[in-house]
Amino acid sequence: MIDFLNSIIVLLNFIIIPGISYGSQLALGALGVTFVYAILRFANFAHGEIMSFGAMITILFTWFFQSQNIGLGILPTAMLALPIGIIATIILCIISDKFVFQYYRYQKSVPVVLAMVSIGVMFVINAIIRIIIGTETIKFSDGQKFIMKAKQFKVMTGLNEGLALKSSQVITILITILLLSFTFWFLQKTKTGKSMRAFSDNEDLALLSGINPDRVVLITWIIVGVLACVAGTLYGLDKSYKPIIYLNLVLPIFASAIVGGIGSPFGAVVGGYVIAFSEIMVTYAYKKFFIYLLPDSLEPTGLVQLLSTDYKFAVSFSILVIVLLIRPSGIFKGRVL
Amino acid sequence: MMKFERYEWLAIAIMISLFILVGFIQGWSVSLVILNMCIISAIMTMGVNISWGYAGVINFGVMGFLAMGGLAAVLVSYPPIADSWQAGGRGLGISFALLVVLVIAVMYINKTVIQKRNRYILNSLIIFFGILIIRHFYLNATHNIEDVNPAIAGFLGGLGLPIIFSWIVGGLFAAGVAFVIGKVALGLRSDYLAIVTLGISEIVVSILKHEEWLSRGVKNVIGLKRPVPYEIDLQSADWFINLVTYLNSSKLNNIIDVSDRQQVLKNLIIDGSGIFVKLSYAILFLIVMLIIFYFANKAQLSPWGRMMRAIRDNETAANAMGKDVVKQHLIIFVIGAAIVGVAGAMLVTLDGLFTPSGYRPLRFTFIIWIMVIVGGSGNNLGAIFGGFVIWFSWIEAAPLTTFIINQLTIGLEPSNALKLHLLDSVPYFRYLFMGLILLLILRYRPKGIIPEKVRHS
Repeated sequence: MIDFLNSIIVLLNFIIIPGISYGSQLALGALGVTFVYAILRFANFAHGEIMSFGAMITILFTWFFQSQNIGLGILPTAMLALPIGIIATIILCIISDKFVFQYYRYQKSVPVVLAMVSIGVMFVINAIIRIIIGTETIKFSDGQKFIMKAKQFKVMTGLNEGLALKSSQVITILITILLLSFTFWFLQKTKTGKSMRAFSDNEDLALLSGINPDRVVLITWIIVGVLACVAGTLYGLDKSYKPIIYLNLVLPIFASAIVGGIGSPFGAVVGGYVIAFSEIMVTYAYKKFFIYLLPDSLEPTGLVQLLSTDYKFAVSFSILVIVLLIRPSGIFKGRVL
Repeated sequence: MMKFERYEWLAIAIMISLFILVGFIQGWSVSLVILNMCIISAIMTMGVNISWGYAGVINFGVMGFLAMGGLAAVLVSYPPIADSWQAGGRGLGISFALLVVLVIAVMYINKTVIQKRNRYILNSLIIFFGILIIRHFYLNATHNIEDVNPAIAGFLGGLGLPIIFSWIVGGLFAAGVAFVIGKVALGLRSDYLAIVTLGISEIVVSILKHEEWLSRGVKNVIGLKRPVPYEIDLQSADWFINLVTYLNSSKLNNIIDVSDRQQVLKNLIIDGSGIFVKLSYAILFLIVMLIIFYFANKAQLSPWGRMMRAIRDNETAANAMGKDVVKQHLIIFVIGAAIVGVAGAMLVTLDGLFTPSGYRPLRFTFIIWIMVIVGGSGNNLGAIFGGFVIWFSWIEAAPLTTFIINQLTIGLEPSNALKLHLLDSVPYFRYLFMGLILLLILRYRPKGIIPEKVRHS
């Protein structure tokens, strides 16, 4: 029985908790991509850089607050800087729309052209980030690092295995729940949310019923800015901030959005968790887990690892390809908010 | 057949004069280094341009195809490592044979077992246990190979042939990968296809990075043989010394002191050998580029090219006229990828080393796409022009930025924090330039600098 509990703790500690927090970050990112895709109808390659930009502004203000000795006690100072980061990200989104995307929207360009345009935006934001903050890895989490340390847990329960709970993970999960429930409430219950859904369903019909397209687009960018900044900051808080990482993060995010059914917000969230869990589960070495479960004679000699961690990244794409082959519309049939 | 318009001649003249300008300002060696990379970039751009410009098939997997070309350069030119073959060759052979058996078994089951549920169960069982068995042999073999002299070897090596063959092999490798990708993904909508090809290219690169028995992974392969002479050999070759003396005879004759003249001659030979090597590369690359350019143009003007344009402009109509759209998409995707693969092998030949971790999407996929868009999709000369201009500005962005920053901050003290920070981040301004160029071109000249000619025939 003790062995069984130990094995469960191993799973919790190394798969489930990291999976939920990474999945939440992906889900928030994928939700942003989904909004752009459903309302503006293009694949936004710049989304990773928008996330990175939000995280960067948050870091800059975290440093400022730290230098002024303003803090939140046990919470990281970044939480105080986050609202400023969100506002800056929203401004960035609106500027990029005003000066770049709007023109092609009025021209009714095909989606591929808009995707190319977003690559241009990606380069520009990427350069701005690197010019301002460089390419170094930055750790900006402060406050209480752990809510529960592995050692404390062992003492508390008397088990062999420890269960560590980082505060960044708990913050990630709580903020994600808050933000997701707000977004879905907004889409389902408010008049603006309904008009957005109508717009994504049928643009012409929405225009005929008097929905102002510019307002819908503006609100979309505001939502995208909030989601992107929060996702970027949480990712940086959890795993330390590195500007180059965010370009690589775009691919799992796209994978999540497509796997869930691109255009469907609920699908994007589910897709985020599917991708995160499969990445972690396929590359985790289950040796410890089996040692607890199996009798001594059957104990595995190897690591019991399906793929080496080097292929973490390839996993999300293999899943994407498989889903596209078997069910091209994703898990939840997408296309409409 | 190939008749250039006036503005096209102008574009060619601009390209040539840029290199002459750099030659006079920064030296001929710098100019030739940039020229070599420009030619390779132009070939990559032509590869993408063939699939995107002719047929509208998007290919964001440039990086993966380049890496396959690079792998070909290693596998063709590196001398074989007998110890590694001894250590793991048999194990690899067995696992490969088992893989073939597994595939045949699955195909057999698919054919004979009719009930769907049984088929799924049987297939998944066979695949699961088959992979377990193959893994056993495979991991043993690769482990043994990687243990053979890991500091300098640790992989199977290659065939030991002249590296120039790899240019063709690289094309074939890339074409093979492209065929598989195309079979899987070409039915998708263009923006899905972009994301999927981007992702698969990442998978290709991560395989090359981590399968050390094949490509030495992140330990890199260095010291690949060159198709052109080495500087050291040139410097002691009589014909080369005579050549340098002859070319600089008037300059040398003006120096009266004998030891001075010897010293000047020695410097000239050292400089000359570097330039000679780069020039030979440039000539080789130029030949390849012109061959590809010739055939690409020829193909574009042929009935096949016309069919491709028809498919691009209206897929449904082309389909209704009896053209096999799916097949043609696959063909043109594979051809485009093959050309990119050739460029990948040439790139590794030029560097003389293979570094899988150096393949990054920003540098090897998106920049190439900027070249295509800026040059003008659907026009081969435009593709070459885009490759030249974008690579040129990519390299020359740094000196230009330094100059501009120095001019703008001329009033500030040399130790001013802002000025120092800006000068520190000079290398990042090139991304800004690239983004702005792309955005400006897409806005004000969406068909590119040298647009596709509208043909009425």
